[in-house]
Amino acid sequence: MYKEVLQSIEGIERYPVISLVIFFLFFVVLLYLVLRSDKGWLHHMAQLPLNDPELSKENQESEDPIHG
Amino acid sequence: MALETFRYDNRVVRKFAVATVTWGIIGFLVGLTIAIKLFAPKFLGYIPELTFGRLRPLHTNAVIFAFAGNAIFLGVYYSLPRLLKTPMYSKLLSNINFWGWQLIIVGAVITLPLGFTTSKEYAELEWPIDIAIAVVWIIFGWNMIASILKRREKHLYVAIWFYLATFITVAVLHVVNSLEIPVTLFKSYPIYAGVQDALVQWWYGHNAVAFFLTTPFLGIMYYFIPKASNRPIYSYRLSIIHFWALIFIYIWAGPHHLLYTALPWWAQSLGTVFSIMLIAPSWGGMLNGLLTLRGAWDTVRESPVLKFLVVGVTAYGMATFEGPMMSLKNVNAITHYTDYVIGHVHTGALLWNGGLSFAILYFIIPKIYDTELWSKKLANYHFWFATLGALFYVIPMYFAGITEGLMWKEFTPQGFLLYPNFLETVRQVIPMYMIRAFGGTMFITGAVLMVINLYKTARQGTFVPEVEDSAYPLVKKAEARGTTPFHRWLESKPVMFSTLTLIAILIGGLVEFLPTALIKSNVPTIASVKPYTPLELQGRDIYIREGCNNCHSQMIRPFRSETERYGEYSKPGEFVYDHPFLWGSKRTGPDLQRVGGKYPDSWHFMHMKDPTSTSPGSIMPAFTWLYTQNLDTSTTEAKIRVMQDLGVPYPQGYDKVANADLEKQAASIANDLKTNGFDADKNKEIIAVIAYLQRLGTDIKASEHKTASTGNSRSGSATTAGMN
Repeated sequence: MYKEVLQSIEGIERYPVISLVIFFLFFVVLLYLVLRSDKGWLHHMAQLPLNDPELSKENQESEDPIHG
Repeated sequence: MALETFRYDNRVVRKFAVATVTWGIIGFLVGLTIAIKLFAPKFLGYIPELTFGRLRPLHTNAVIFAFAGNAIFLGVYYSLPRLLKTPMYSKLLSNINFWGWQLIIVGAVITLPLGFTTSKEYAELEWPIDIAIAVVWIIFGWNMIASILKRREKHLYVAIWFYLATFITVAVLHVVNSLEIPVTLFKSYPIYAGVQDALVQWWYGHNAVAFFLTTPFLGIMYYFIPKASNRPIYSYRLSIIHFWALIFIYIWAGPHHLLYTALPWWAQSLGTVFSIMLIAPSWGGMLNGLLTLRGAWDTVRESPVLKFLVVGVTAYGMATFEGPMMSLKNVNAITHYTDYVIGHVHTGALLWNGGLSFAILYFIIPKIYDTELWSKKLANYHFWFATLGALFYVIPMYFAGITEGLMWKEFTPQGFLLYPNFLETVRQVIPMYMIRAFGGTMFITGAVLMVINLYKTARQGTFVPEVEDSAYPLVKKAEARGTTPFHRWLESKPVMFSTLTLIAILIGGLVEFLPTALIKSNVPTIASVKPYTPLELQGRDIYIREGCNNCHSQMIRPFRSETERYGEYSKPGEFVYDHPFLWGSKRTGPDLQRVGGKYPDSWHFMHMKDPTSTSPGSIMPAFTWLYTQNLDTSTTEAKIRVMQDLGVPYPQGYDKVANADLEKQAASIANDLKTNGFDADKNKEIIAVIAYLQRLGTDIKASEHKTASTGNSRSGSATTAGMN
């Protein structure tokens, strides 16, 4: 049954190839961007939850390369 | 540039905390009630509003949308302003979000026990409430996005991406799965039928787990683990990969809920493949959370908040490994429709969603009351009650599930089913149901300890309605795209970020949808499959009202063990007029796809009144009210017309004569029963239910009968021989 359904869609043979390409590119680009990202920025981001008025002073004064 | 001071609102945070605790306790108690009903069916008597079929959706909706839902809002309304360095955009919207959500829950608490249900799992609420959900959800998103736009912190922390993805995806899922045409104020038919309806429903159902019970809680994890342990997240790089991989892959995996059903096999395989791939981002996320605590495990011993977070995240890891394993077809063949699924779900629900919700309650309440937790010791007791309670819940369910799966498939050496009577397999797992209820009781006991502890904490502290903070305003100087790394740039562009998220989640949905949407015109329709008669249609709606689909499937998988027990396996073409589909996901009772004609009307008449009269030891509730309530035929015309609008080929003008047909069929069934000595009244609801049950699966039986005479019978099942 499923074969009949699939065969009746025009150009069905291209679908899996397109999916594979989308998929592959998505992860390659993602990995590339992540590996290339700036260390200082990553550090700044990771500190974000720790900067708020309800925490002790020393945390707020952690070195922050973006906001100084 | 002047430092600006501003105030975070703790009032709405407190409201959501109270709601989380209240609905949590109610949701757990409803769960315990139905757990008890499974081994003591007479518990609470046979009150229509309190039957298993009506309370089970109430339990799932209460714990998902009321308990976990309020916990999500609690986490978001606490962490989002603090991460953005701005109060929420509008207190009015925050309050509409809060009160609107509670009203929706109250609506669910009233309508579900009354039997107003669409039958679609985790989307049971009827159309007026669906609209209310959409409105309140958009207000939540509006409030969140508007807050993001007036933030003082340029970059959006990973928790906020998860919150955004939650908002966007749940909105899409809810709208697409709730497309329905109203018949009356509390009755509607979905625009999809059969296979399509099933695919849409499980695309929704699976992704409701993904984007309501996973992504917002991951956001909570990424904020509260660093917060509670006072350390930054282990790897921010990993969190970027975690986020994009998770939302990109999750959306594809829905069809694993429909393995071996009448769904096209390519879609099933796609679901399996993506489910296996999901292990990677899920475990990446789990490890990122746990490794944050490296070198600080001693703090876990001291802090109940961290204990709940650690066990919660570990349970997330267990459940997200188990899920993909259950998506393997050979494993699924044994676990599907069994209590194994219930065990799997509760690993996630009790420890991951429950654990994280408890953790943030223990974290936030002392903070907003400017005090310490009243009793750490009591919180530790809660932790052990919750953890052990969950184990006492989950392990018996795994045991029961595998027992059921194997017993259903067991053959004698002669090739007959070893347990042809379904009840034998039910009786076998009743002790497991009892232990499960014990586990549930432990879990609830722990939660009650938490209520006491939080109340005492609030009493000893003073509520801080607003917290002051200060930050520099955001400089409106766009970072030039060319010089900034892409992801860093992207995180300063919330709208672009949201758009990319939307695209990521839509790709998977579309790839699954496009070919399936074409099915309608491509499925070789089965000539003998005809629309339901008006009486059968009314009976089907009573079947939906009573929630029969919570315990009975209507989907025979192509295994010899199933075709032997239930008859010919289900074909996609059989469901073309099923608005909604009623395939079910659990067999507490046997499959009913081919129950039509299997027993005489009198059997059903006795069975529904007192199930043990025909099936000794049955745990099915007695549906005594079907014998006293008159069938409401005033809706027949409207129902037929809506069905016609949906493409069901009733003849033109049939709505006007439908009730005459209904009367005729009802009279014939009642007369048949009377001649057999039963006191049957043709106006009662039971007659419609019997008409529907006797119709089930007979369209195919008729054509099978025809081919049998030409010697071609069972050609379908021959191709599946050996797949038992």
